[in-house]
Amino acid sequence: MSRLLARWAECTFWLARYVERAENLARILEVQEVFARDLRGSADWKVVLDINADTDRFLAAHPEGATADAVLRFYLVDRDNPTSILCDLRAARENARQLRPLISTELWTHLNVFYNRIAALLPAEVGEHRLARLCAMIKEGCQTHAGIAAGTLYRDEAWSFAQLGAAIERADQTTRLLDAKLLAFAAREDEEPGSAADAFYWMAVLRAAAGYQAFRRRHPHGLEPRQVATFLLCDASFPRSVAANLGIVSAELERLRRRYRLRRAAEVLERVEGLTTLLEPRPLEKVMAREQGLHELADSLQRGLATIALDLAERFFGWAPSPSAEKPAPGSAQSQTTGGSASG
Amino acid sequence: MQGLFADYAADPGVFCEMRDAALANGADARACFERLDRLSLEELRARAREAESQLYDLGVTFTVYSERTAIDRILPFDVIPRVIPAAEWAVIEAGVRQRVRTLNAFLADVYGPGRVLADGIVPADLVRFNPQFRALVEGFRPPHGSWVNICGVDLVRGPDGRFLVLEDNARTPSGVSYVVENRHLMQRSFADIMRDLPIRPVSDYGRRLHEALCEMAPEGVLDPQVVLLSPGVFNSAYFEHVFLAREMGVPLVEGRDLVVEDDRVSMRTIAGLERVDVVYRRVDDDFLDPEAFRPDSLLGVPGIVRALKAGTVAIANAIGTGVADDKAVYAYVPRLVRYYLDEEPILPNVETHICREPEALRYTLAHLEQLVVKPVGASGGYGITIGTRASKEELEACRARLLARPEEWIAQPVVELSEAPTLVEEGIAPRRVDLRPFVITGKASWVLPGGLTRVALRRGSLVVNSSQGGGSKDTWVLAERRFAATRPAGSGPGP
Repeated sequence: MSRLLARWAECTFWLARYVERAENLARILEVQEVFARDLRGSADWKVVLDINADTDRFLAAHPEGATADAVLRFYLVDRDNPTSILCDLRAARENARQLRPLISTELWTHLNVFYNRIAALLPAEVGEHRLARLCAMIKEGCQTHAGIAAGTLYRDEAWSFAQLGAAIERADQTTRLLDAKLLAFAAREDEEPGSAADAFYWMAVLRAAAGYQAFRRRHPHGLEPRQVATFLLCDASFPRSVAANLGIVSAELERLRRRYRLRRAAEVLERVEGLTTLLEPRPLEKVMAREQGLHELADSLQRGLATIALDLAERFFGWAPSPSAEKPAPGSAQSQTTGGSASG
Repeated sequence: MQGLFADYAADPGVFCEMRDAALANGADARACFERLDRLSLEELRARAREAESQLYDLGVTFTVYSERTAIDRILPFDVIPRVIPAAEWAVIEAGVRQRVRTLNAFLADVYGPGRVLADGIVPADLVRFNPQFRALVEGFRPPHGSWVNICGVDLVRGPDGRFLVLEDNARTPSGVSYVVENRHLMQRSFADIMRDLPIRPVSDYGRRLHEALCEMAPEGVLDPQVVLLSPGVFNSAYFEHVFLAREMGVPLVEGRDLVVEDDRVSMRTIAGLERVDVVYRRVDDDFLDPEAFRPDSLLGVPGIVRALKAGTVAIANAIGTGVADDKAVYAYVPRLVRYYLDEEPILPNVETHICREPEALRYTLAHLEQLVVKPVGASGGYGITIGTRASKEELEACRARLLARPEEWIAQPVVELSEAPTLVEEGIAPRRVDLRPFVITGKASWVLPGGLTRVALRRGSLVVNSSQGGGSKDTWVLAERRFAATRPAGSGPGP
């Protein structure tokens, strides 16, 4: 068996990543809808733009402002918005198209049909009142992809790169989900942290991450903001937590290093370990004590994850080492399209 | 035919693949259509719709890219198969083998001693000044003398039922993926019709292709690494590249995945460079190596020709095969069969007038409204004028082009292509077809027992190319039944 093509490694990484991104964007839209349903209505939709660093681009195209329908169309089906779910899925499908010789026909067919379904949505089907159903459909499509991948993808190096892509994206998105809550709630100057309204927001975040039941396994009673944040960041048993996903990243890098003798995986592993230390109890406690601490942590994690992705690109995908960690390599069709770290 | 085909009326003066070939050639060929005949039109339409939606879901599409959008189109698929009885296939198979042997001998000659030119069989300038002639492979000798490893010979059938060669595709012929996918589709939707019929399988293509490519590997390579070089996802035949890479189990690479160092070709993997021994390229000569051909090509691999010359890699098809399937050289192939093989051509050419020859040009200009005028360089049905159907203005434009540059044109009589029953809006009606069998040649030649039947979906249209709105049909090549069919049912065990 020949070695995995560098381009295929990159494509498997981004295929998994784009699908994971689409799923998480659906989760974030869904939770915003819950927030908006509370009191403030449309004001909350700007939050989604902020956490994805899309505000300027959006306002340039929509001078009328962030109405629910405009933001939803922007993120669901806007062909001109590279961060829309439609564009995510198209990018996923184009990566899958390159990977056709490697992946099962089932995996390809599902993605092809799924994409075509989203691409065929009519404007009337994307309104706020249909959002829950639509998000459920998108999540299900993405999860089916992950399921077919788990059930059919050959467990060689490509599998590891797919796992790396999915885990890095999921970790990143969980930090954005946290951010979404922090920003949405901060916009409500009338409410104090720890109030009933605050608890409502935390609950919504947990549910968006499909983590309420899991949280209850860990904390049978109460819903302390600090507990929820710690759970989403650090609980190694919760599959959407940052720590769990950094664990997957480490394990896959270790597998590449040992089983496939890719020595350079060790270099990336060091970076992951560095990032993991941010989530240890003591530094975390300090973070929580500061007012903007959590938001800053989310930021650092996002930057760290972006650097790991770049490390992988330089070591395995054949990218030339870039002088600055922020600068994506030229000519890459798969470069990350959400605006990097949250605060830009 | 009492059912589905009851109202089917073949055109007078046209050879019908059902009426004149299948129904007249033995019980098995007849059975194919008798079974279909039992379906109702509604049933057939339902199955056709189902097949079409499968094509979309599977993404068996060719993609038309414009600036903003990518549109996936399926090659229209007709569910009524084209059936080729065993005896007819035997002729086709022998004929295309002969054709490939001839083309390989010709290529070895024109890039070698040049006997055929010295003997005046083919005009030397037609070869040497041909835009497809690649002087840089002069003296090159591929293993087993095989230049054309994959050949798709386009055949048509005239009113007398004889198969004629219309074109030799010796560069990077495509379409074989549709042969195999069409069969899968039929097996899913028409399993009941196909049961127990001696339809020869086409699923072997990938394995055979891989074997032949391995046979082309440089000497001393025991376990050759084969790759398929594609121009990438934007190429209209990308689906086929995927298909072939999957069937062979080899990496599908693009130019940027390959690198040449010290005259050796390698591919970029996650663990660094890995050696490549055989490149099945689906990239034209012009784009293959910017060092040797077009310097602006981004699709190719700089230095791959150096590696070829150093003998470290095989390229299939060989560089320079385009001079053999040139439309002008085509006219000489029957003479080449006699010259190299001392045999009579099994499959004749369509009569061809080479407009570079003054007499042929005079004849062409005098009979323009009866002839098909084709450019010698192009493919895909572009630039063709069909005299019998052209308007006065079109004929005059054609005449002007001929007079300006006669050497760029050939003329052929209009062949009334054979037709086959096809499901169309109005029901089942005759539509014109051609046939592209595929020949794989490494040490020896193997002919896929099947082929791409293309069908012109517009009534009376003679242009079957997919770029011109053509579709395709599954092609059932029947095996000879040695015992069962000749013995009455229930006559006891055979010998």
